[in-house]
Amino acid sequence: MDNVNAVSVAVNDLTIQYNSLKVIDGLNLSIQRGEFLVLLGPSGCGKSTLLNSIAGLMDILDGEIWISGRNVTWAQPKDRGIAMVFQSYALYPHMSVSENLSFGLRVSGLPKGEIKERVAEAARLLQIESLMNRKPSELSGGQRQRVAIGRALVRKVDVFLFDEPLSNLDAKLRNELRVELKKLHLALGNTMIYVTHDQVEAMTLADRIAVMKGGIIQQLGSPEEIYQYPSNQFVAGFIGSPIMNFIEGEIGHVEGVPRFYSDGLVIDLTNYRFSQESVSGRVILGVRCENIRLAKSSAEAVQHGTIDFIETLGADTVIWVQTGANRFAIRMPGTSKFERNSSVKFVIDAAHVSLFDTETTMRL
Amino acid sequence: MPARSRWFGIADLALTPTWVIVLIFYVGTLAWTVQLSLTNSRLLPTGTFVGLEQYVTLFSSQRWLVSLVNLAIFGPLFVGGCLLIGFLLAIMLDQKVRFESGFRTLILYPYSMSFIVTGLVWQWMFNPGLGIQETVRSLGWETFVFDWIVRRDMAIFTIVIAGIWHSSGLVMVLMLAGLRGVDADIWKASRIDGIPAWRTYISIILPQLVPMISTATILLMLGVIKSYDLVIALTGGGPGISTEVPAKFAMDYFFDRQNIGLGSAASVVMLVGVLAILAPWYFARSLRRTRN
Amino acid sequence: MEAVFQRGARPRAFDYKQMAVYAVLLAGILFFAAPLYIMIATSFKPMDEIRMGGIFSLPHAWTLDAWRQAWFKACTGLECNGVRVGFWNSVKITLPSTALSLLLGAINGYVLHYWNARGGRALFSMMMVGTLLPAQMFIYPLVVILSKFSIYNSLASIVIVHVIFSVPITALLFRNYFAGLPIEVFKAARVDGAGFWQILFYIILPMSKPIIIVAMILKVTGVWNDYLFGLIFAGRDNLPMTAQLNAVVSTSFGERAYNVDMAATLLTAAVPLLVYFISGKWFVRGIAAGAVKG
Repeated sequence: MDNVNAVSVAVNDLTIQYNSLKVIDGLNLSIQRGEFLVLLGPSGCGKSTLLNSIAGLMDILDGEIWISGRNVTWAQPKDRGIAMVFQSYALYPHMSVSENLSFGLRVSGLPKGEIKERVAEAARLLQIESLMNRKPSELSGGQRQRVAIGRALVRKVDVFLFDEPLSNLDAKLRNELRVELKKLHLALGNTMIYVTHDQVEAMTLADRIAVMKGGIIQQLGSPEEIYQYPSNQFVAGFIGSPIMNFIEGEIGHVEGVPRFYSDGLVIDLTNYRFSQESVSGRVILGVRCENIRLAKSSAEAVQHGTIDFIETLGADTVIWVQTGANRFAIRMPGTSKFERNSSVKFVIDAAHVSLFDTETTMRL
Repeated sequence: MPARSRWFGIADLALTPTWVIVLIFYVGTLAWTVQLSLTNSRLLPTGTFVGLEQYVTLFSSQRWLVSLVNLAIFGPLFVGGCLLIGFLLAIMLDQKVRFESGFRTLILYPYSMSFIVTGLVWQWMFNPGLGIQETVRSLGWETFVFDWIVRRDMAIFTIVIAGIWHSSGLVMVLMLAGLRGVDADIWKASRIDGIPAWRTYISIILPQLVPMISTATILLMLGVIKSYDLVIALTGGGPGISTEVPAKFAMDYFFDRQNIGLGSAASVVMLVGVLAILAPWYFARSLRRTRN
Repeated sequence: MEAVFQRGARPRAFDYKQMAVYAVLLAGILFFAAPLYIMIATSFKPMDEIRMGGIFSLPHAWTLDAWRQAWFKACTGLECNGVRVGFWNSVKITLPSTALSLLLGAINGYVLHYWNARGGRALFSMMMVGTLLPAQMFIYPLVVILSKFSIYNSLASIVIVHVIFSVPITALLFRNYFAGLPIEVFKAARVDGAGFWQILFYIILPMSKPIIIVAMILKVTGVWNDYLFGLIFAGRDNLPMTAQLNAVVSTSFGERAYNVDMAATLLTAAVPLLVYFISGKWFVRGIAAGAVKG
């Protein structure tokens, strides 16, 4: 039961219809104060739709939206106590940076002194003080995004919304700004709702991640939870790179010991945390490539396989191993001394795997 | 990307007709007209150089001066009117109205019509016994007067109205395209900032449309200087000479009054006017280009 | 904080703003459509009705007499053969003018974009400036030149004049369009060994349907609506419809037959209006493309 005062943003029973198609149906989400929540998912999963409806930019069919303890379902965006940063920055093109930062405040009639203070503080926080007189066309992508964030900062609101703000930047800038955003969050402590399709951003920035697909939240949890204990196959495959290995097989019980059987593989599942009793039959086993390790001694329950392909990544090596009809990846640190077509022995520890129902794809 | 050009390749040959056109028919005729304006040619060209005499005659002509004044009245009013109405209608159409293409079709169709047709149509509309004045009177307002077309002091304004009717659609189409080209996220950002719609249009959107607006303005201004068909059909230059325009002046002196020298002088002055408009615009545009 | 009941879609208060928008648009429509309506209505009325006034009212007695009169018997000066004479003249002028200016424009645009012809850009700028200048600068010398070749006041002379002044704008349209096509197609054709004309006619032009349509619309409308050049260069036998229309309306013996005049006007406007209504979006694309000069 959430303490009502600690809830910053609450979405109740949200239903959004577009061309008589329900893109979001009865969605519920509760975001704590000061939390950095990431909405993660592929294109078309509804994450931007959800964000825009929280912002009041999209008409909803049913449901309620509460921000900072107020029901803002019918409120205009400017009255919701939010600020938003866009993928395309959306800076006013012919105004200087300082004008961009202050325009909204000027329109709302704030006293000049107050405006000046807020603008100066935002500029300081984002280190854009030297850019105040430039126009957006004279700024780099990273600088423009900082100004966009600055425009949000000066509004002095509780909740910040980010709509894929780093997607327009190149990889290097993205990494830099990602770190800055995290630091900003630590410094300011505001609630932040962040939309992205990039799972690296999600993992590094989020306090909690809501993985979405088809307008439904597939799983809501901390990055660690989602990474280690994905609640269905979609989440398991979406997070993590290279993607999780999926192996089809069966669960059988011999003398009360559950085991996973697949062509050439036998895995003892005693240490696996089942979510229900007596699972048997066809399942899909998922295991991340860093959770498979090479056997150190023959005493362990080893699996055997042949090396098919080796990828040298520099810091790690990924070897692709064939066992019977199954092919999967194993990651190990450093450079490998392996060769193609040599055999390996490896161990899969049940505590680190995920089992999924073949039909429902839900975690077992 | 461009091909290595041989000494005189096919490409150069292909352009030869165009070179002929440009050098003879554009540059050549231009130079010739300028030369004619410096002679005393009447029905036929003479070679007699008379310096700027034709220009003196020109600017001592009451008719010419009236035509210049008319241009000064008609020009700004027509351009301003088209811009205002065109922009207003574009904003209206940008508001997610139903039947948008229907509205657009009905507003733009006058632009597809000849200026002669436009002039004739409005001649009837302004006709006191037949058009607007008559209609309003028949509705009960017996003393309503709208006889601008027969009044020397007001006739020029009928041309303004007819011109706006014809060309506003063009401005509207250009403005609408410009409005649609604005980043949609800017609207979202201004909504979140709490900026009212009208303020967004004026302070944020309009400045972004400046290139579009200046193009439209230039096109309209050039149309003003060249306007001939409209005046001929609507008022014939009258009553008297009250709606005389430079283009008509030049034509009349070329053909009816058989004074080639004076007609050429009038044309050259028109040319200077056009260049005076084009030069600053071109200059401003290349400045903008280098800055980007 | 009290929780006010708010759920689901925002209730729509009476949308004054949207009403105002429709009101303005409606006013605009009235302004723009009224003259057309009046012309159509009047052209179907007999003269008795017109004399009675009420230019905005629909005809009581619909009649095609005015139309027949206009088409077959309207008088231009001394001849009374109707505006159909002008109609066919305009057709004779428009078709070759359009075809030639499109062809030359395509060739010029092609050379200017894909090939490095000597002085190409300078030529192009001169052409552009040429179209912006007032026609009066060129008229008299053109008359002289065409007379020297004995083709003044003939169909050939008016077509030549139209083509001369159309090539810049069509060349611009084609050039800008080509600039938007992927250059790889051209490169591939050259690697395949295709020559200058082959690439143009077999590769580039087939890919250019949209701009051909746009250019055609612009030229057909522009040439058909022309008055000045037609009056001066076409000669009495080839006067385009616009020139004839003006003559018809200003030739008035006795009372003006307004219904005939308006029918004649509608007939003159018919072709461009038809092109406009049929082409719809293409027309818009055309004027937008024409406006984005260079």
